Order: sequence, then C-alpha cells, then structure tokens
Amino acid sequence: MKTATPARKIDSFLDQEYSAGFETLLEADTLPKGLSEDVIRVISAKKGEPEFLLEWRLEAYRRWLTMTAPKWAAVDFPDIDFQDIVYYSAPKKKDGPKSLDEVDPELLKTFEKLGVPLHERARLAGVAVDAVFDSVSVATTFKKELGEHGIIFCSFSEAVKTHPELIRQYLGTVVPPSDNFYAALNSAVFSDGSFVFIPKGVKCPMELSTYFRINARDTGQFERTLIIAEEGASVSYLEGCTAPMRDENQLHAAVVELIALDDAKIKYSTVQNWYPGDKDGIGGIYNFVTKRGDCRGARSHISWTQVETGSAITWKYPSVILRGDDSVGDFHSVALSNHRQQADTGTKMIHMGRNTKSTILSKGISAGRGSNTFRGLVRIAPKAEGARNYTQCDSLLIGDQCAAHTFPTIEARNPTAHVEHEATTSRIGEDQLFYAMQRGLTAEDAVSMIVNGFCREVFKELPMEFAVEAQKLLGVSLEGSIG
Amino acid sequence: MLDIKNLKASVEGKDILKGLDLQVKAGEVHAIMGPNGSGKSTLSQVLAGRDTFQVDGGSVTWDGQDLLAMPIEERARAGLFLAFQYPVEIPGVSNAYFLKAAVNAVRKHRGLPEFDAMDFLTRVKAEMKSVGMKEEFLYRAVNEGFSGGEKKRNEVLQMALLEPRLAILDETDSGLDIDALKVVADGVNRLRSPDRALIVITHYQRLLDYIVPDHVHVLSQGRIVRSGGRELALELEEKGYGWIGDAGEIHAAPPAAGGAQ
Ligand SMILES: Nc1ncnc2c1ncn2[C@@H]1O[C@H](COP(=O)(O)OP(=O)(O)OP(=O)(O)O)[C@@H](O)[C@H]1O
Ligand SMILES: [Mg+2]
Repeated sequence: MKTATPARKIDSFLDQEYSAGFETLLEADTLPKGLSEDVIRVISAKKGEPEFLLEWRLEAYRRWLTMTAPKWAAVDFPDIDFQDIVYYSAPKKKDGPKSLDEVDPELLKTFEKLGVPLHERARLAGVAVDAVFDSVSVATTFKKELGEHGIIFCSFSEAVKTHPELIRQYLGTVVPPSDNFYAALNSAVFSDGSFVFIPKGVKCPMELSTYFRINARDTGQFERTLIIAEEGASVSYLEGCTAPMRDENQLHAAVVELIALDDAKIKYSTVQNWYPGDKDGIGGIYNFVTKRGDCRGARSHISWTQVETGSAITWKYPSVILRGDDSVGDFHSVALSNHRQQADTGTKMIHMGRNTKSTILSKGISAGRGSNTFRGLVRIAPKAEGARNYTQCDSLLIGDQCAAHTFPTIEARNPTAHVEHEATTSRIGEDQLFYAMQRGLTAEDAVSMIVNGFCREVFKELPMEFAVEAQKLLGVSLEGSIG
Repeated sequence: MLDIKNLKASVEGKDILKGLDLQVKAGEVHAIMGPNGSGKSTLSQVLAGRDTFQVDGGSVTWDGQDLLAMPIEERARAGLFLAFQYPVEIPGVSNAYFLKAAVNAVRKHRGLPEFDAMDFLTRVKAEMKSVGMKEEFLYRAVNEGFSGGEKKRNEVLQMALLEPRLAILDETDSGLDIDALKVVADGVNRLRSPDRALIVITHYQRLLDYIVPDHVHVLSQGRIVRSGGRELALELEEKGYGWIGDAGEIHAAPPAAGGAQ
C-alpha cells in the first residue's frame, strides 16, 4: 500500500475480513471512487445480500474485466475512466421512512421542482410511486393496495430480502451479464432499482411509476429493474427521469428486464429528460442502457414506448425476444437531439415463436447540431413460421446543421416471414413556419406544434399525463433550436 | 390605415418591388391586378413580414406604427391577415389544433379570454358551415391533401375566425368553381366594415362582380402603374395589360409618382 489511492485503501481494509475497517467502510455513506472485487463485496454486504447474489455480481465483474467498451455506436465521447466513479452512495438517513411523512421535506421539494408532486400524483392519479433518490429508495406508496392483489412493487434491494427466490429465478435471464460491456458492469455493481411482480391472472389496477433522479456528485448510476408478469397478468409501468444541471459528464448504465409469461402483457413507458449538456455539449449525462423484454409465453405482449429528449449521449435499444408462439412486440419511440446531443437508439425484434408479430415506429427529431441514429434489427429465426414485422422510421430535421441516420437490418431466415419497412425524412420548412407565424404563432410554438404533430402516433401510446409531460418536454428541449 | 411609400424589395439580389406607393384607408376595399411575376405576391408577403424578401427601401406605416419593424406574429396578432396564394401544408398537425392555436394567440393579444375546446368547436363549426366546409376538415392535417379549392376555403375560414383588421387575399379566387367563388366573396363581404380594410389580389374582374372594390390598381414590374375605380378592372379584362405598358412607364417615372390616390 505505497500510494494511498482510494481503491487501494479499500483493498487494505478488506485484507482483514470483518475488521473494524470493513465495518467503517460499511458505515460510510459513500464509497471512495474506484472498482474492484472488494468494492463489490462491500456493496453486497451493505445491502445484506444473500451469497448467490454476491457470487453473481463477482462473476459479472470478472466477465466485465475481459470485455471492452463498444465503439461501434455512431456517438463520439472521451473514454470513461471507470476507476474515477463512485459505485455506491446512500442519502443520509437513520431508518428508512415508512411513509411519505417521514421523507425529508427538502427531498420532496426537489421532486416537486422536477415536476413530481409525490402527494398529488399519488393521491389524485392513483399512481404508486417508488422514488429512487441516488441509489436508495426513499418512498413507496400504495403498497398496501397492491399487496391485496398479490402484486409486489418495491425497490430491488427490498425484493432481494423479501423474495430472494424470485430474484434468483429471473434475474439475468433476459439480459445475462455477458450480454454486453455495460450490462456486465451493471450486473457487478448495480445499486438499486425497481422490482415488479404481477401474479397469475392479475391485472394491475394502477399505473406503476418510478422517478429517478441523479443527484450526488460523481455518482455512477446503475439501476436494475426487473418486471415479471405471470400467466394472464398485465401491467403498465412508467419510468420518468430528470436530472439537474451540472458540469461533469455522468455515466448511467441501467439494465431493465421484462418477462411476460403466457397471455401476459407488459407495457413499459419512459420519458427520459436527463441533462443533455449545454449548447456546446459541455456536461450532460452519458446514458448506456440495456432494456429487453422476453415474451416467454404464448400470446404474450410486450410494448416499449419511449420519449428521449435528454442526455448528452444516449445508447439504447429496447428490444423484445418473441419466444412464445403468437406473441407480440411493439416499439414506439421519439428521440430528439438538439445542440450537440448524440442519440443512437433503436430496437431489436427477435422472432423465435410462430406467428409472432412486431411493430417498430420510430420518430427521430434532430435540431441544432444534434445527431440522431436509428438502428433496427428484425431477426426471424428459421422456426418462426408466419412471423410479421412492420417498421416505420421517420426523421424530422430542424435547421440544416443536424443529421439523421437510419440503419435497418433485416435477417429473415424463414420464407413465410413478412417484413415491411418504410422510412421518411422531412425538414421543417421556412414556408411552414411563416404560414404559422402569419396566423399569430411564435416560431417556438410553430416548431413545437409541428414536432408534436410529427410525434402524435407515439404520444398516443403514452398514458395521458405522460403524454402531456412529453409534449411540454419537447417544447423545452427545442428551445433555442431556431435562430 | 396603411401607407406604403416608395417600397423596394428584392430576393436573392433580384429587385422585385421598385418603389411602390399605396394608401389604404379604413373601410376600403382595394383590388390589385397585374401580370404574372409583377410582384403582387411579393408585396403581400413583404407586408406580412416574410424575411426571404429583403426590404431595400421605403416605408410602410400601419396605424401610425412602423409595420416593417414588427415581427411576423406581432403583425398577425395586431390584425394583419394574409390569405396565401399557395396555402402551406403542415402534415401531422390537425386543422382544428392549428386554428385553435391561431385564434387563441390573437384573442390573447387582444385581451379577450382564450377559447376552450367547446367554445372553439361551436365557433369553428358555425364558420365552416358558412364557407361550405365539412367538419371532417377539422380533423385532417392542415391543408394536407386538400384540393386547390378546399385550401382556398380553408384560408377564408381562417380569415373569418381571426377577424383581421387588414386582410390581404392573394388570388384567393384562382382555381375556384363558381360556388367557391361566391363563398370567398361572401367571406370578404361579411368582413367589410368601417374599421377594416381589404386588399384583394386577383386576375379576374369576375370576382369584383361580387366584391365591389373602392379602388383598383395595376401592379407592373414592381410598381403601381395605374389606379382607378371599378371600371379599370373591366377595361383590363377587355384589353389586357398591353395597353397600359406605355402609360405604366409614364406613371412610373421617378420620383415615385405611382398610382395611389
Ligand atoms: N424566392 C424567390 N426566389 C427567386 N425569385 C423569386 C422568389 N420569389 C419571387 N421571385 C420572383 O419575383 C417575381 C415576382 O413574383 P411574385 O410572386 O411576386 O409575382 P406575382 O405578381 O404574384 O405573380 P402571379 O400573378 O403569377 O402570382 C417573379 O419574377 C418571381 O419569379
Ligand atoms: Mg402571386
């Protein structure tokens, strides 16, 4: 231990198992920067995880060490120093709050500023909110009503304690740690996230919603979400994100796994509004996410709807594996990039079962010097008799310094497959702006009206209040896009 | 109310308006005629504020204000309306949404309460009836796939809803069947009032049978070369523009003797 780098410090502490030093680290609210097997052991111990989970994390970590960060996405950013990231940080608290009243009022105020009036939302809209503040859940509501239906909706860490058998059965079965570089990293160090389990035959009586917020400095975010809908169950899950303005790029590498058994339906909606950096691209969040749904059962249905307006860099492909016969996968997406934002998004639809059906509807908006790339992969396995896909990719350009790219890939290995692809590119014309402004609208209103019109097909897939929020968000995100 | 003096405008270095004078008083209807390419649409778009056209000189005063200094949407909110010769399509935006946004922007500016969805629908449906448009046009995208005549009716509908103080109709009668022509004329005539003014650009004296103008002007090569009463339109219909060519040159001789009264 010649030089006392933070990582080395941990090593030294951990040399003596369960020494006072280890205990001190456990009591620390924030681990020093850096990643090692010992850091993973501390994270796991802090969370009181069962042995199998620690082993799973370590396995993922060893796997990750052999992998290199993907370079193929059409995005450009400086290399990330993974030893310069804090892998665990908890908000200061004594005991976890048992109700909203116990939540730090300052925290609630912050949520309110971000447009998440927890009380109101919970009370008026009947939405159960599992708010994640940094790495630890601080508020969960409506648990009781959900409990009466046998529904489990809680933080991931809580589920590890209360339902380890479900975690063990399903974790990593859709996105194995070896899947990709960021999935491996997430599997090794994930801090918290949400867990949803809808038992057989139950239709979840309310929209489930999680708001994430990135807050503490230099805190990498490694959310882990697992949603399981048993036979005949259905659920609609909303994920919303906002991040406050800050200077340093922050890494976010989440993994979301959805599992739908026979006749189950999962609808997953995201409005992502993380700090995109200023107009020169300084600051902003790096968002590398692996989201995948597994239509494991026959006639199951998984639907992704996303509105992406934030992040400096987004690298994200919500996908569906259509394993069960007659299963259905949908992907509806609006991705906006303004200023110097780079978005490389898309989806994969993997048809394995017979008569499986998928729809891809992608709306990309580029403004300023933003760049938007859509990648779609439709793979029809040899056994996927009668599989069908319909893909539509539309790009809207605002100004003449932005770019849109579309890379559709179709791999049809069954002759009965039916795959259709349509793509359009349009530009908001000066004549359209003039026409709208001649009728009394401002340039901003005119652009946002045209953009919203362009996105309408996707917005109508969003739950009502999300749709309204998404429209506002696009307006805000486009500010300053026209000179 | 509108006073255009020695207005010069160009596009991509090409001079189009070359010293145009025109005065329009409240309560008046002016017709502007003139050969293709003479600058009629340019004039109307410069008045509406389109910045693809560069104003190189002259002045435009509207109710004592410097019109050329006002942003496009401010002109519109203050009551300047242009019915486009070629109405623009806006895919994805429903006509109802567009109309409501426009009407409310203007109402807000005038200190009137904004219409809610119900009030607006009641109002717009009544106006649609009078311009002979089916309700389905509310739910179609703005002008998208509308026939030529349907686009023009949609312009008249917007004019009726926005209740402008100065309306400029750029060939709103072109390509219309006789029923549609009556609709346009009717729309204009309903708008006529002592505190409003209208400028009607047309190639056909036929329209002026329905909209009887107080003044008729001939625009040629970027200037008003001749002004007169309604009989001027009849004369033009009979003889074409050729005969005013020379007269035009005479009238247009500097310093800007152009045709307004
Ligand atoms: N954006 C532009 N770029 C280049 N030339 C233009 C542009 N807009 C107008 N012009 C030219 O300016 C001249 C006047 O056009 P304008 O549209 O004002 O004529 P007009 O009198 O309305 O004709 P019409 O009766 O055919 O409608 C024409 O020669 C036209 O080609
Ligand atoms: Mg014209």
